[in-house]
Parts: sequence; structure tokens; C-alpha cells
Amino acid sequence: MSDDEKRIGVFICHCGSNIAGFVDVPAVTEYVKTLPDVVFATRNLYTCADDGLTSIKESIKEHNLNRVVVAACTPRTHAPLFQGTCQEAGLNKYLFTFVNIRDQCSWVHMKEKEKATEKAKDLLRMGVARARLLQPQEEVKVGVTPSAVVIGGGIAGMSAALSIADQGFPVRIVEKESELGGFVRNLSSIYQERQDAGALLKTIIDRVRGNPNIELSLNSEVVSADGFVGNYDIVIDTKGQEKKDKVGVIVLATGTKEYIPKGLYGYGQSPNVVTLTEFERLVKEKKLPKMTSIAFIQCVGSRGQDKTYCSRICCNISVKNAMNLAENYKNMLGLEETGAVTEAAAPKEAPAEGGDRRRGRRGRRGGAEEGEEEASAGSKLEVVIFNRDIMAYGIDHELMYNKAREKKVRLVRYTPKNLPKVTVEGGKLVIDYWHDTLQMERKMNPDMIVLATPITSQADAKQISMMLKVPLGQDGFFLEAHVKLRPVDFATDGIFVCGTCKGPADIPEAVTQGTAAASRACIPLARGFVQPEALSAFIDSDVCSGCGTCIEVCPFSAIRKTEEGKAEVTIAACKGCGNCGATCPENAIFMNNYSDEQLLAEAKAALQEVKG
Amino acid sequence: MSDFEPKIVVFLCNWCSYAGADLAGVSRYQYPTNIRAVRVMCSTRISAHIVLELFKEGADGVMVSGCHIGDCHYINGNLFTERRVKLAENLLKLAGVEPERLRLEWVSAAEGEKYSQVITSFVNKIKGLGPTPVLKDKKLVTRMAAAVDAAKYFRLKTLTSKEVKLTGKGNVYEEVIDPKEYDLLIERAIEDEYQKSLILTLSNHQARSVKELAKELGEPTDRTLDHVVTLRAMNMLALDHIDGTTPKYKAIAGGA
Repeated sequence: MSDDEKRIGVFICHCGSNIAGFVDVPAVTEYVKTLPDVVFATRNLYTCADDGLTSIKESIKEHNLNRVVVAACTPRTHAPLFQGTCQEAGLNKYLFTFVNIRDQCSWVHMKEKEKATEKAKDLLRMGVARARLLQPQEEVKVGVTPSAVVIGGGIAGMSAALSIADQGFPVRIVEKESELGGFVRNLSSIYQERQDAGALLKTIIDRVRGNPNIELSLNSEVVSADGFVGNYDIVIDTKGQEKKDKVGVIVLATGTKEYIPKGLYGYGQSPNVVTLTEFERLVKEKKLPKMTSIAFIQCVGSRGQDKTYCSRICCNISVKNAMNLAENYKNMLGLEETGAVTEAAAPKEAPAEGGDRRRGRRGRRGGAEEGEEEASAGSKLEVVIFNRDIMAYGIDHELMYNKAREKKVRLVRYTPKNLPKVTVEGGKLVIDYWHDTLQMERKMNPDMIVLATPITSQADAKQISMMLKVPLGQDGFFLEAHVKLRPVDFATDGIFVCGTCKGPADIPEAVTQGTAAASRACIPLARGFVQPEALSAFIDSDVCSGCGTCIEVCPFSAIRKTEEGKAEVTIAACKGCGNCGATCPENAIFMNNYSDEQLLAEAKAALQEVKG
Repeated sequence: MSDFEPKIVVFLCNWCSYAGADLAGVSRYQYPTNIRAVRVMCSTRISAHIVLELFKEGADGVMVSGCHIGDCHYINGNLFTERRVKLAENLLKLAGVEPERLRLEWVSAAEGEKYSQVITSFVNKIKGLGPTPVLKDKKLVTRMAAAVDAAKYFRLKTLTSKEVKLTGKGNVYEEVIDPKEYDLLIERAIEDEYQKSLILTLSNHQARSVKELAKELGEPTDRTLDHVVTLRAMNMLALDHIDGTTPKYKAIAGGA
């Protein structure tokens, strides 16, 4: 068999009736047999089932196939399976091509069988045209530096670092603040039960500090990162001092900041209008003023008011706080020493906390009489949550929500058309609102208003995105490679993402993501080498004029100039997007597996008429 | 032309639009059968000359669809896609093919419904325009060939690829060029290069006089002569013979 002889085998899937119900599969199979270089064509009830895969393997051997085309569902889910099958039969996986006749044909043309069949024939002709030009590719092996850096020392970053360290790899946490803990440092308690957030944080910080595999760089930022999976050169800036490091993988856990609701609901006009996080801080520091009623307003600045998204966790946080207030208000003021909050705190910290608390209360209350305070704090506190709809997602949260209602926490619904109106009159707060159930205007005079604002991306997210060449979504959060299938990966190999820098998440979710990112990050570290998909660009140095335009456009800094002044691709860093290929003014760049020739052959095949 | 079934090629990026097209299928959003999709890793892969080549071969329409701006999996590949599609549109216009036959869309992985709507609207648009005029008109084939060559030419490729940087971050002196100014500059360059390519295409097999070329180009003879002089200086066009007193030029096969 000469090198040039193409022997193409085509396997067409019925997918039960998913394809065969809307496309005449036998007719398509017969048509495919007439195409050039097709030596074998068959159809299977389910090509992805055992017998389908066996038929591919056997046919490769029996018919000496050197190209395989599968026409079925979609390459996004099934290409790896068939590529693996080809490899098992000794065929290079780059000699496989997928034709999508389900998701983009039978399912979208369910009432036009004849036309859908014509389209399927065309698609197969295109796939065969592409297959004829495929070349085997070798995936290069590149060594790995077995260490990691985690950017951000919050709950997600610490979870990731601990997991990487426990798997035996050295890891450095780079935290821009002077201490670990991130956003959780603001919080007083953790839902659902009244657990002390500080105590939880201390447990994990102690584990991080005690782990010999973890090094800390506090007051530090990663200011540059070059390289590719397994081989990153990073520069860490600590208070103006720069330090170089080599790492194999990068985990991004830069966290979040709270949205500041400027100009909304009297924020900034009264010290008693606070955000949810400011409220948490007041509770944590025992600086809560004495009050007889308090109102929470949900969805402030989110869900279309400014930010488009739902911040997701604020409903649960508000319900938690409302519950705490309804059940345990006296303790929250710090008037009873044996309450659940102080119970949960680490004992040795109690004296310091007590001191803070007294100072704080005096500071805020401006020398009010202790006795008077004690008397009124015991009285009933009215708690109202103004909401568009409470999203208490999760089993326990729904129970807590029900419990809050039992405790007479009032839930008042508003619509975006009828927002509650807050006015500050002589230091007193007034909420005018439309009661949807009663169908009437109502008024409330709370002592404090808590605004549940969304968590947002960090101010330096854009900068980090540019530095690491990883994308941000429309809302400014980091964008994972695939929302469902690759939730903690970036499209760039070797960089992973977890926690609130990729969107609203609560503590269990941040921990889950942190450990998930760690386990993904450890794959190249444990394996010791990386083998990127052979989609890279290839530069013909005889044609290259060394103009450097490709270096400018490459999103991953995967092209550099050699000493001879020619451009050269770092194969392990190249993701095969093809920007350089479309850019090269001398047409010197060739894209492995997506060459001009292959694309044009495939697309031009669409324009031919079906013969016979 | 109710029975006209257009042939439309759609390029879909792997990460957003291809996934959006799959989602349309999973959600069973129905759309016309006229489109034939080609998957690429990123829409930025689609050079203007690939699009133009398809029009030259008789495509009734071509669509390029990528991730929304800001959502590109290769950071900013789709910014380049925008420029490349604009280049192809300009060249289509110059060659005399309706630029509406080329469309750029952003469809995310979550926008299955949008994908089906975009396809339906584009197919209807092309049905309204009727079959491509290219295959019926030899002149148009020649003009499209010139457009393909111009799109491959280094000047236009460089200008298109550098636009993102020069109008964004700026040049090495951090001087940012006004996008409108850049547009004008690039439009002028496109016209120049298209005309030069057309001269080469026209004189490929047959020696031509400046007057003949000017007529084909629809340009004054002095401007045509400028191009001829430039092309000769670049060793791409040569004097073939003198017909009476009229010099006739021919393209140099495989010229620089």
C-alpha cells in the first residue's frame, strides 16, 4: 500500500431512531460508498456501543483502513471515544474525523426527512473530503516542574493548596493581603447553624501553616507568568521585592469583593443602612446597635438592577442572619456570655474578643447606659426580608427558610416594577413599599436596613486575565473551559480556577471547587509529563520573513523569535486557535489538522451537487 | 424563486458556536436544511481568502460564527475574526458580489435558540437575494479570483492583523491610532491591492494594454498606470510586447 493510497472506512450511526427516524440512513450509506477513496461503509444501530466499536476495530484490520469517519451525534461528546478505538486498532487518532448528523442534522430537521437526508449526504461528502487530507500526528512529550502556585489565600485557595500539598507536591500560596482567610474573614457565622466563621477559618489556616509542603508569600502578588503547562516561570512581588519561581501549574483563587450599592436604598445616607457583609462584620465585632426592627432587602444591584446575574448565596445568608436575629438577638449584642456564638469560638481567643466587643459597643453607642441596653435588648425584634423571590437552594436551606417563617421572620415580596423606597428622615429610616398580597401601600420604620448586594469580580481580575491569558466572562468573573464538563479548568492547560473569582459560591462550594482544582492540577504533576493535542501551528522557516506579526497576535505567547530571526512555535504552549495561521503575511504558517487545504476541501465539498 | 435552495457554508468555533449549534439540536429548535457547518477551533482561523474562495466556487452565502466578544476561549481571537470578515466584505463589494451574502455572528454555547434564529434569518436573507451571481458570470469569477489573491497578499494580511493592536494598545511608542482613521487607511489599501490583483489576474494568460486594464477596472488610465508601474517594479508584471505603439503587459508566472 503506497503512502498516498487513501482507504477510508465510514461508520454511520442510527442512534436508535434519533438519527434513523429523520434521516434515511441506508440511502446515505449507499451514497457514501460512491465517494472517492471510500473502501468500506456501514451503519450501526449505535456506533458507540460495544458492537459498534468492535466493528470499527475489525474493519480497520479487515479492510486495511487508514482513515476512519464516524457520522453520529457530536464530536464534542464522542470524538475521544472513537479516537481511542482507532488507536486500539493501531490507527493514529488524527486520522479520524467526525461528522455531526444528529445534533446538527436529524434533530433540527425533524419534519423534512428528504432534505435532511440530502444534508447528511453533503455532510458525509465533506467529512470524507477532510479525511482524505488528514495526516497522522505525533503528540510531543514535555517534562513538568512538579510544583504549584495558588494565587489567593482564601478558603478556596487554601483548600486547593492543602490538597496539592497532601498529594505530595510543594505549593506556594501567594496572598496579596497580610493574612490568610480572604472574604470569609468578614463573616461572623456560617449557615445553617450558628457556627463561628473565625473558628472554621482558624482550623484551616492552622492546617495550612502546619503543612511542610506549603510555603506562604503574604503581601504578595504574581506579577508575571510565562511559559506553558508544566513549565511556568513566574515572578512574585512582595512589597516591591521581586522573586522568581518555577512552577508546573497555577491555581487561580483570587476571590471576590462585595458590590457597593452607591445611591441605592439610602446607602451612604445613614450609618444604619449597611450591606450584608458590613452587617456580618458588625455582628462579628459585636457592634450591632440595639434595635426593635430590622429590614433586609434582597437583590440590591443584582438581577438586572446593575449586575445582570443572581449572586445566589445572598438569600441563604439573609435567611441565616434573620434566623439568628429572631432566635438569638440578645447573644448577638454580646450581652449573654454563654450563647452559641461565643461557645463555638476558640476558647483561648475569648478574652481578646470580649475586650474588642466592649470597646466596640461603647464606641458605637456613645456611652449609653449598660442597664438600659440590657433591658430593651431582650424585647421582641421585628425581622423583615424584602425579596423578589427567595432562592433557598439546597435541602437544608429550604428547611431553614421554613424555620425562619415559623420564627415569624416576615418575608415581603416586591417586584422590579415596585421597588421598596427608602428615605432617611432626620436620621430615622423609612421604607415605603407596595404589599403585593394585600394590594396596598405600607410603611415600615426599621432601625437598620441590610442590603443584600451581589459579590463581584476583583478590581485586578482584568489584569490577571491579561497576565495569565485566561478569559473573563461578561460579568467579569473568570470563565472556565466548559461550564459543565470542565468547571475548574481553563481552556489553557495548566491553569485552574476555583472559588468566588469564577462566580458566586458559598463556603462548601468554594472548598469543593478548591479541592477539585487541586486534583485537576495534580494530573500533570503526578504524571511527570504533558502531551498536548497535536493541533499546533507549524512555521515554515524558509518562507518566514521574521516580521513578528504572529508573535503579536498569539494569545498564549507560544511563538518566539529564534536567533536566526525566524518565528518558532513552542508546541506545548500552542492551543491551535489558528490566529497566527490566518495572520501570517507570508502564508508561512500551517495549522496541524486545520490547514487551509483541509478547511477548503471540506467546505468546497459542501458546494458540489449530489450525484446519483 | 420559491424553489431556490441556497448552499450556505457556516464556520463554527469549537467552543461557543459549535456547542450552541449542538444545543439547538438537543433542544430540537428547527431551522432550514440549507447550511453546511465546518468546525474550527476558533473563528479567528478563518482567513478572508478562505471565505472568498468559497464565493468564487459558487457558495450562495457564508457565515462565520464565534464566541461573543470578551468570551473567546483564545482571549481575543474573535476581535481578529471581526477584522477578517470586514476585509472579506470589502473585497466582495469591490468584486461586485453582495456583501450581505457574508455574515458574522456571535453565538454562545448557551444560545441554541439564537443559533436557530440566526440560521433561519440568514437562509431567508439569501433566499431573498437569489442564487449567487458568480458562476453565471465569467467576469465575476475573474474578479473573485483577484479578491482571493488580494486577501492572501501580505499588505492586507498585515494591516488586518495589526489593527487590534494599533487601535487598542497602540504601537511601540504607545501611540494609539484612531479606529476611523485606520478604517480609511485599510479601505484605501484594500482597493489598491484588489485593483493590482485584478490587473495580474486579467493579464495572467493574455497580454493587456493599460487602456484595456483601466476599462476592466473601471478606473482612470493614470491610476491604472500607477498600479502597472508598481507591479513592474515589484517584478510581478512585465512588458510582453508592443502592439503598434501600445505596450502590452503580462503577469509574471510565480512572480514575487
